[in-house]
Amino acid sequence: MEVYDGEFITELEAIAKRIRRHCIKMIYEAGSGHPGGSLSAADILAALYFHILRHDPKRPDWPDRDRFVMSKGHAAPALYAVLAEAGYFPLDELSSLRKLGSRLQGHPCMQKTPGVEMSTGSLGHGLAAGNGMALAAKLDRKLYRIYVLCGDGEMDVGETWEAAMLAAHYKLDNVTVYVDRNKLQLDGPTENIMSLEPLSDKWKAFGWHVIEINGHNMREIIHATNEARGVKGKPTVIIAHTIKGKGVSYMEGALHFHGKAPSKQEYEIAMKELGGDKP
Amino acid sequence: MKWKEESQRKQYGRALVELGKERSDIVVLDADLSSSTRTADFAAAFPERFFNCGIAEQNMMDTAAGLAASGKTVFVSTFAVFGTGRCYDQIRQSIAYPNLNVKIVVSHAGITVGGDGASHQIVEDIALMRVLPNMTVIVPADAVETYKVVKHVAKMKGPVYVRIGRSDVPTISDQASEFELAKAPVVRDGKDVTLIGCGIMVSKCLEAADELTKHGIDARVVNLHTIKPIDEKTIVKAARETGGVVTAEEHSVMMGMGSAVAMVLVENFHVPMKRVGIPDVFGESGACDELMSKYGLTVDNIVEAAHDVLKRKK
Repeated sequence: MEVYDGEFITELEAIAKRIRRHCIKMIYEAGSGHPGGSLSAADILAALYFHILRHDPKRPDWPDRDRFVMSKGHAAPALYAVLAEAGYFPLDELSSLRKLGSRLQGHPCMQKTPGVEMSTGSLGHGLAAGNGMALAAKLDRKLYRIYVLCGDGEMDVGETWEAAMLAAHYKLDNVTVYVDRNKLQLDGPTENIMSLEPLSDKWKAFGWHVIEINGHNMREIIHATNEARGVKGKPTVIIAHTIKGKGVSYMEGALHFHGKAPSKQEYEIAMKELGGDKP
Repeated sequence: MKWKEESQRKQYGRALVELGKERSDIVVLDADLSSSTRTADFAAAFPERFFNCGIAEQNMMDTAAGLAASGKTVFVSTFAVFGTGRCYDQIRQSIAYPNLNVKIVVSHAGITVGGDGASHQIVEDIALMRVLPNMTVIVPADAVETYKVVKHVAKMKGPVYVRIGRSDVPTISDQASEFELAKAPVVRDGKDVTLIGCGIMVSKCLEAADELTKHGIDARVVNLHTIKPIDEKTIVKAARETGGVVTAEEHSVMMGMGSAVAMVLVENFHVPMKRVGIPDVFGESGACDELMSKYGLTVDNIVEAAHDVLKRKK
């Protein structure tokens, strides 16, 4: 197991916190959006863009780059925040989210936003698209890897499992999926809406290497991803146990913040809790 | 019948294999129907660039999108009914919206599927595809044109829908002429009325034109192979010069080729018009010719429509 010094981990955690602040600010200014699932994914995104991915924000079309597909497209604010932090476009632009003429659409659009690898928003498409990229990598004998972030609600979607079968069938060991297991979907707890458990056994049965982690722990995110990189002949899924709305006390585990912007007062509290209102 | 009948699917398979030889970026996907769609020919020649996705069309379309996003030119095939309605959201979200380089070439469109019945006879696919922004929609008239279309669309950027049939169809186009996108060939000149067909109905329009000659009527026939973008110029010119239009398609009259032509005429040049096509109903099992007859897709139906238009012209 690689050892990461405390300073490096602290730096990633600080980036994740900045992503969370951006998300709250963007959604507050837009007046709509999905804070809960953006906050639950912030740590994974920080780890991806500031440690895991081989990428170059100055060359979004670099052919050998690793690809990241945000299958849970409603977490677009978190994706835009990390892309801006990484330098794909100016941080100032974040405040244009959901506004007319903006490059930052309510859900990711690969035609408009530098760094967005696939247009998403309709749930359950991302893994299959990631598989296509992985097949292309194998055909071209390229070493780039594909990372896909799915929401746990997307485990309801039949296509997710079609894609899971395809990835295993074609031995796509260059694919790593993170399941943002925040256990809430729009209408309620996942287990009340459509039971997913035993989720890990399902993926195993589909031929995947399965790792379960705390999705808010940087070391665990990085270690699991490193482990995935070493797995040959099969794809890996990292079931990341997370808390919806993580980082803002009144949003944590709060169903109604799946797709609702904070009020002015809520915004101020959130920014304070996340360490200041000047991201 | 004065023409040789040939399989569009066979020419699709042939064109794909040639493309595979010419270009390494060509990748083909199918959903457990490769022996029927003839992508199996490509699979045999280039097994490493063919991916069978199983009976999972939604997954296939998104996989195609991912391949296209990584620089591949992707041909995706299955039956028309499964390659459109069954995976419409995937085509919309992941192929049309991001304008990706995916060519959806589907066979077994329309009622000439025959015995399989309505579950397999899609008569609404042109409608579904033509409303998608960025999507090009092509219905080749015969096997020769199918070959040319496949070679042509491989050079285009962006999503394309190509609709072919199950049955052998009369070859009315010649080998020599080049396929031009959105340029509808006038396959028979005439001055009294214009018959606009697509797919298998182009040959029926030509037969109808011969029939009309016996009544002293000189019909023009247009092969409207590209439904979108539509060749407004040729349509309006034909309407202006002949004063009446009949459209004929193996598709529902709701929002198919005939509707597209009607929109052009309504906005540009008003002439009497009649749409020959499948009425707003589902098909059923039967032999191809029986079905064509029952659902109003015969030469006689076109002749009758032409007479109706001519009557209204006066």
